[in-house]
Amino acid sequence: MKKFIKFLKRPITSTILAILCGFIVSGVILALVGYNPVSAFVSLLNGIFSRPKYIFKVIERSTPIILTGISVAFSFKAGLFNIGAEGQYILGSIAATIVGISFNLHPIFQVPLVVFSGVLAGAIWGVITGFLKAKFGIHEVILGIMLNWIAFHICNFIVNHNLYHKPNSSRTYSINSSGFTMILNTWKRSKDGIEALRKNKLLSDILLKTDLNIGFIVAVLVAMVVWFILKKTTLGFAVRAVGLNPSAAKIAGIGIKRNITSTLAISGAISGLAAALAITGTSPHALYQLVMFENIGFNGLSVALIANSSPIGCIFSGLFFSGLIYGGNSIQSDLNIPSEVISITIGSVLFFVALTKCLPMLIGKFSKRGENHVE
Amino acid sequence: MKKSNTDLAIQMKNICKNFGPIKALQNVNLSIKRGSIHALLGENGAGKTTLMNILYGLYSADCGEIHINGKKVDIKNPSIAIENGIGMVHQHFKLVEKFTAAENIMLGKEVTNKFGILDINRFRDSISKIMNQYGIKVDLDAKIENLSVGTQQRVEILKALYRGADILILDEPTAVLTSQETEELVKTLRDLASTGKTVLIITHKLKEIKASSDFCTIIRKGVCIDTVDVKGSSEIELAEKMVGRNVNLVIEKNKANFGKITFSIYGLNVLKENSKSLKALKNVSLNIRQGEILGIAGVDGNGQKELVHAITGLCKVQSGTIKINGKEIQNKKIKDIIKSKVSVIQEDRLKNAVILDLSVAENSVLEKFSDPPFSQKGILKEKEINKFTDKIIQEYNVFPAGCGKSVIRNLSSGNQQKIVIAREIANNPDLLIAVQPTRGLDIGAIEYVHKILIEQRDKGKAILLISQEFDEIMNLSDTISVLYNGEIVGTFSKENADENEIGLLMAGGSNSEKIH
Repeated sequence: MKKFIKFLKRPITSTILAILCGFIVSGVILALVGYNPVSAFVSLLNGIFSRPKYIFKVIERSTPIILTGISVAFSFKAGLFNIGAEGQYILGSIAATIVGISFNLHPIFQVPLVVFSGVLAGAIWGVITGFLKAKFGIHEVILGIMLNWIAFHICNFIVNHNLYHKPNSSRTYSINSSGFTMILNTWKRSKDGIEALRKNKLLSDILLKTDLNIGFIVAVLVAMVVWFILKKTTLGFAVRAVGLNPSAAKIAGIGIKRNITSTLAISGAISGLAAALAITGTSPHALYQLVMFENIGFNGLSVALIANSSPIGCIFSGLFFSGLIYGGNSIQSDLNIPSEVISITIGSVLFFVALTKCLPMLIGKFSKRGENHVE
Repeated sequence: MKKSNTDLAIQMKNICKNFGPIKALQNVNLSIKRGSIHALLGENGAGKTTLMNILYGLYSADCGEIHINGKKVDIKNPSIAIENGIGMVHQHFKLVEKFTAAENIMLGKEVTNKFGILDINRFRDSISKIMNQYGIKVDLDAKIENLSVGTQQRVEILKALYRGADILILDEPTAVLTSQETEELVKTLRDLASTGKTVLIITHKLKEIKASSDFCTIIRKGVCIDTVDVKGSSEIELAEKMVGRNVNLVIEKNKANFGKITFSIYGLNVLKENSKSLKALKNVSLNIRQGEILGIAGVDGNGQKELVHAITGLCKVQSGTIKINGKEIQNKKIKDIIKSKVSVIQEDRLKNAVILDLSVAENSVLEKFSDPPFSQKGILKEKEINKFTDKIIQEYNVFPAGCGKSVIRNLSSGNQQKIVIAREIANNPDLLIAVQPTRGLDIGAIEYVHKILIEQRDKGKAILLISQEFDEIMNLSDTISVLYNGEIVGTFSKENADENEIGLLMAGGSNSEKIH
């Protein structure tokens, strides 16, 4: 019994339980509207795992939300709610696109330059929030929402600007191909490559039908770096201290204002990195006219929430999230079930994840009240 | 006590409670006479708070029964306790800081008119009646954050009475009160008892038990040792029953050996928080020499908080200078002030000194983690941090010994305080400010903290002691300054200190000129 309670109290257990509950609820909803939930979920799984292409698509699409998830998780640790990740992402993609179109250097310089410009733009957007919050005490959520809209409109301005607008389309030109980050991109288009890939079905499925790029590897590295920063560096120590008890942290001489600013700068930089990697790594390597938010940043909030603000956890929750979204499409095509059902699943999973924050508390209460309060 | 059941307000029979392997309470029996003031005495961790939390329904007992007014009651949660007329004032108050006193009292039992809108006037009538009946006065419109701790406590008592409490449990009620406030509280409690209310005080202060209580039950390590009639027992007897060994109630210290002035404040003016003209400190000047403990006596809320904040850089100094070792530190950055060798043992440990969800090790280096040897080029040196933590755990007898990696939340308050004190002293400060350093600690830990402060004094440190414990100030200080309404209204050397005169000055009496 005791072991079981300990098991139940582990965050990962409650997250998995929440995911199960989410599926049960959406299954019930599917059944209520007259579809067979089992075949729907089978088709969802098929849509994720049945072909290597699908698996790699899921990985490719998970990259930006893993990164925005890490961005949000990092700010959570400092007690900040970086809803501005969306705007930081947009600004990162604007900067990466402009730089990617304007310069055409050797890939060794071009790629870092484009990526760095995205990182910098995201960081600047984060710093604006952080500075205003630190200096004037304006709430970061309000600032984030405002800056999201500003970024949104800057994006549309750039898309429609003569310099960048691709005629007869709703997007900018693509960035110069020297800035692309797909894996084996030149080889797979060369004669040798085409020849070799014709023989190998698996590889051609992965390489030719997806934009397999370095982004996911970078995301995993970033997760590890952020974990390292939080656990092993003075900066991370300060961030956690401020997040857990700002008053004690301040008295101990930790500069709260500087901390807020640098946290949001880093958080913004990671969101900007997500954008830059998306621009360099996936077609059409360009900015689109926005009609509504792309939700990459907002999905990052959900990813961070499911991951319980753990940067490493963001890798898995990002993959999970991306799998749901991508696999959800096949539910629609296979069974003619509206893909909104997937949104309902995601929604209910999130609902239960939020609910499970109370679970360890409840278990504690029912098993042995007051166990945590030995004085 | 051979009384018929109906005379007893509370009977707890054979109460047991285990926290994992720890036996917090073992077959505890407690009988409380209606209309009496009953003290529950025991060291920290003895189980007295646990017992009261069981009575109040916060914990459930593993075995045993509770009878209220002779009737068996199963107190599953605080609502049932409140229904049965039990009210509790916790050691750490449960008040909403941004709400007014009235709103706090009303919270959870609001008075509304027939449209469901708050009816403040009707509420005022009923609460004024209670205030007049028991002589407990508070400013109902003041926000809690602006009230002194003593007043906040009165709000808590009113809150319980407003909910119809017949049995009032107070957890360490005098931990932060001045002697005058304590006297007032005792009087209030006496009034309450005389109207038939039953009062239960959890405490480890012997003096107050003597002053206030009729009966006293002593608990040690989860076992009920004895229940005694307070009139028939001496303080020493009570203390020895509590700790289970001989105790020394007098602080031993050598004659002070003063050096040169290390710390001085001259003409300090500080504004009240959120105010543009009201002064919290008016022309405060003081000097502390090496090897001197300067005690600030005063009722809470007379500028102590601002004095500490001004020295430590938490609030802006309007005018005046603060000097340590000849260097001015007013309005400097907090970090720089710490580096100028000023260290503070903070008053509100949970809010200001420790970060409960960080490990003991991380809390031990909270001020120094960014300096060598604890980090290098921004990377934490865990080995050094752990070495340092193990050292202070050993040096200060922190229990349990291997707690460095566990979160500090798991330690008892006494042990948390040890970590805080160890951390500040490890800074090797020239000025050590101790604000309520023994708040909420048991006798053993208090003895220890006092010993350490004296030790530091003997090492030639300047020590600024701010405490609401009158005895602590009187016993530890070499010089005593009285702070009243933001002004130093008197400074006495230990030899010339007269308790009555100081008490009078603290209460705002102005009988004498300044003596030194």
